[in-house]
Amino acid sequence: MTSPILNLTSKLMSRAARPDQPKYKTSDVVDFVIVGSGAAGGILAKELSTNGFSVVVLEQGPYIHESEFSHDEIKILQEDFLTNHPKLQPNTFRKTPKDKAKPQRVLVYGRAVGGTSNHFTANFWRFHEIDFIERSKIGAVPGSTLVDWPIKYADLEPYYTKVEWEVGVSGLAGASPFDPPRSKPYPMPPLPVKSSGVIFERAARKMGWNPFPAPMAILSQPRPGRSACINCGFCLGFGCEVKAKSSSLASMIPLAEKSGKCEIRPNSYVHKIEVDEHGRATGAVYFDEKKNLYLQKARAVILSANGAETPRLLLLSASSKFPNGLANSSGLVGKNLMFNTGAISVAVMDEPLNDYKGFAVSRVLHDFYELDANKVGFYGGGGLDARYDITPIGFAFGGLPPGSPRWGKDYKALLAHNFTRSFEIFGHGTSLPVEDNSFSIDPDVKDDWGLPALRLTYRDHPDDVKLMHWLADRSSELLDAAGAKQHWTFPIDEQQFGVHLLGTCRMGNDPKTSVVNADHRTHDVKNLFLCDGSSLTTGGRGQPTMTIMALAFRAADRIRDLAKRGELNA
Amino acid sequence: MITELDRRQFLSRSLAAAGATWATANWPAVLAAAEHAHKAAASPDSQKFEFFTPAEAKEVEAISACIIPSDGTPGAREAGVVYFIDRALVTFASDEQKAYREGLPEIQKRLQHLFPSATLFSAATPEQQIDVLESLDEAGSKNPPRRPRANFIAGSATQFFETIRAGTLAGFLIDPESDRRGNRGGVGWAVIGRLPEHAFQSPFGYYDKGYAGWQPASAAKESAKND
Repeated sequence: MTSPILNLTSKLMSRAARPDQPKYKTSDVVDFVIVGSGAAGGILAKELSTNGFSVVVLEQGPYIHESEFSHDEIKILQEDFLTNHPKLQPNTFRKTPKDKAKPQRVLVYGRAVGGTSNHFTANFWRFHEIDFIERSKIGAVPGSTLVDWPIKYADLEPYYTKVEWEVGVSGLAGASPFDPPRSKPYPMPPLPVKSSGVIFERAARKMGWNPFPAPMAILSQPRPGRSACINCGFCLGFGCEVKAKSSSLASMIPLAEKSGKCEIRPNSYVHKIEVDEHGRATGAVYFDEKKNLYLQKARAVILSANGAETPRLLLLSASSKFPNGLANSSGLVGKNLMFNTGAISVAVMDEPLNDYKGFAVSRVLHDFYELDANKVGFYGGGGLDARYDITPIGFAFGGLPPGSPRWGKDYKALLAHNFTRSFEIFGHGTSLPVEDNSFSIDPDVKDDWGLPALRLTYRDHPDDVKLMHWLADRSSELLDAAGAKQHWTFPIDEQQFGVHLLGTCRMGNDPKTSVVNADHRTHDVKNLFLCDGSSLTTGGRGQPTMTIMALAFRAADRIRDLAKRGELNA
Repeated sequence: MITELDRRQFLSRSLAAAGATWATANWPAVLAAAEHAHKAAASPDSQKFEFFTPAEAKEVEAISACIIPSDGTPGAREAGVVYFIDRALVTFASDEQKAYREGLPEIQKRLQHLFPSATLFSAATPEQQIDVLESLDEAGSKNPPRRPRANFIAGSATQFFETIRAGTLAGFLIDPESDRRGNRGGVGWAVIGRLPEHAFQSPFGYYDKGYAGWQPASAAKESAKND
């Protein structure tokens, strides 16, 4: 007997099939090769292809359709169905350049069409004015290479608005007294409040702080071809089956494909940017799924491979003309890495919150966005959010208070009591740029393709660690005010692992102290552009994807204008 | 176990909860997976082992039943954790095969060391079983909590107790609609209070019930005064 549900399945799946894309030959010189299809690559592909340019997107991961997404925690969190795999692509870690790096997983990023935007939390804070001009405002910070951006908030504001309206962000304009100016309200109201959000809001107000509905890149209202959030509860780490999460896959890639000018080529792992005798990029060399090598020719190349893989690719593209790596005359490719800081406190309440339902975050506060270093004794700032982002197996491993039993009757009873009664406060903060903090290529360890592995060198600036403790203390105060009888903070250590991969090809006007200019064009190679987390001159307060997307919309305008003026052919 | 009728009701309840949004959704593949998992669990193959011998399976089941006991509500035994671990060892956790092949006899030895008259772990008294596992649980509750994140199952656990504990927790709480053979009938989720639906609507819990809607701080102060 055929199930009516399965009939519905096949109908909807065929309706959801992707439109035909053009198939370019590798020998075709396309206008743009874009490496990476995530938050930045997806937007650049959509913007440039709908402006009439021919585009090939080379994505190292597979093309995983929403219908193949899953709530299987083993598949997603253990087998890395959507993310980089530590066995195929090993990493190494060391604290300082003096140390020998040891094998260790150091990062998670999306490795599929849509990139990390498939599985992100979707917390979508704009950067504030201060983030762009902090160095001028506070002066030098010892031990940090903090500098101003070459652009200001006002330059990016129209593009933040564009992200909200085109990609889809829910929120409430004017709800936070600390919000920077905006030209338009959000296109749709905030998502419903969760119990964690109500507890957070009431307690924060008791403290005299200013909680507000979280801006989230998750639809609260349906859009053509996309459902509003159905609150399934498998959000952070997971892909969204109903396209409510505003990933590049759900929002931008379909428009790029519809243009008829853009080919998304999955399973294409780029390992070198080819350069001619004049020092101009001519295309990208990549492995296909069977590890055969191809060169896709292009008039210009854009790297949106993320803040780890973009610098790695530049370093792997070293040649006699560029002995220190491509576009690396500054020596800064891979350096000044910022992860953002985080402090997580967990509370157990008396009654069930059932916060496992829904998306992660419904309330935020920005009262601590700009701390006075003279008062607190360190540089930094951040925000707090109320959330629940733990799925059942994850909770069983790490959701219970310190000192809890780990198995047996009492353990089971605690799981049964706490799973529905817990929530988190996540303090997100700045990371100071430090030149030694970097992604580079390991001299010994190779990946499954025989390429040098990513090596992380990282040690939080001491002020970053102080900030984490400070934010955790505010979370504790808030949880006391909320009447939480039991709460604790996860141990705060120096970070050795990151998911926000920022600043490694920083933007600036001076070729000696930056890698790309304000147009995202590398100072050294005129038809090579970098646009992703690596472009960020400062790391904001812990929610970088909104800014990465805004930069991508802006970069697309700048690159389009340069191309139309013929400046990419010079 | 969820019956065929329950299953249908539960799937259609999910559909109704999501309402009109379904028209544009890609969700049904998850439903197809649910159907598949349900059929697989009901098939005679569901009792077969892919890695363990029947004797090994009996010991693993007994150990997992100490880690999550059946004490008025279902435990690892009812959730079919042994089937989950068995499949894990021929799929994503194949590098733990050695740990199980060597670890099970070790547990046996430990049992006989502590209780010379005992034969098999599965035949020991509940008190003896707990004593054995406590003697193996070196970390105990001294471990600081860690952020529950990716890769919770160590690739090649050095301590067998940690390995089987990890497999038991995962097998108890895995998405029951996956093809991993764990959390049968969704009993693990039922124990922790996680409803099986695919879609939920606000209010979600105790504290957001009756929430009046967001108000600016000044208005909120006014309404608090009037309360």
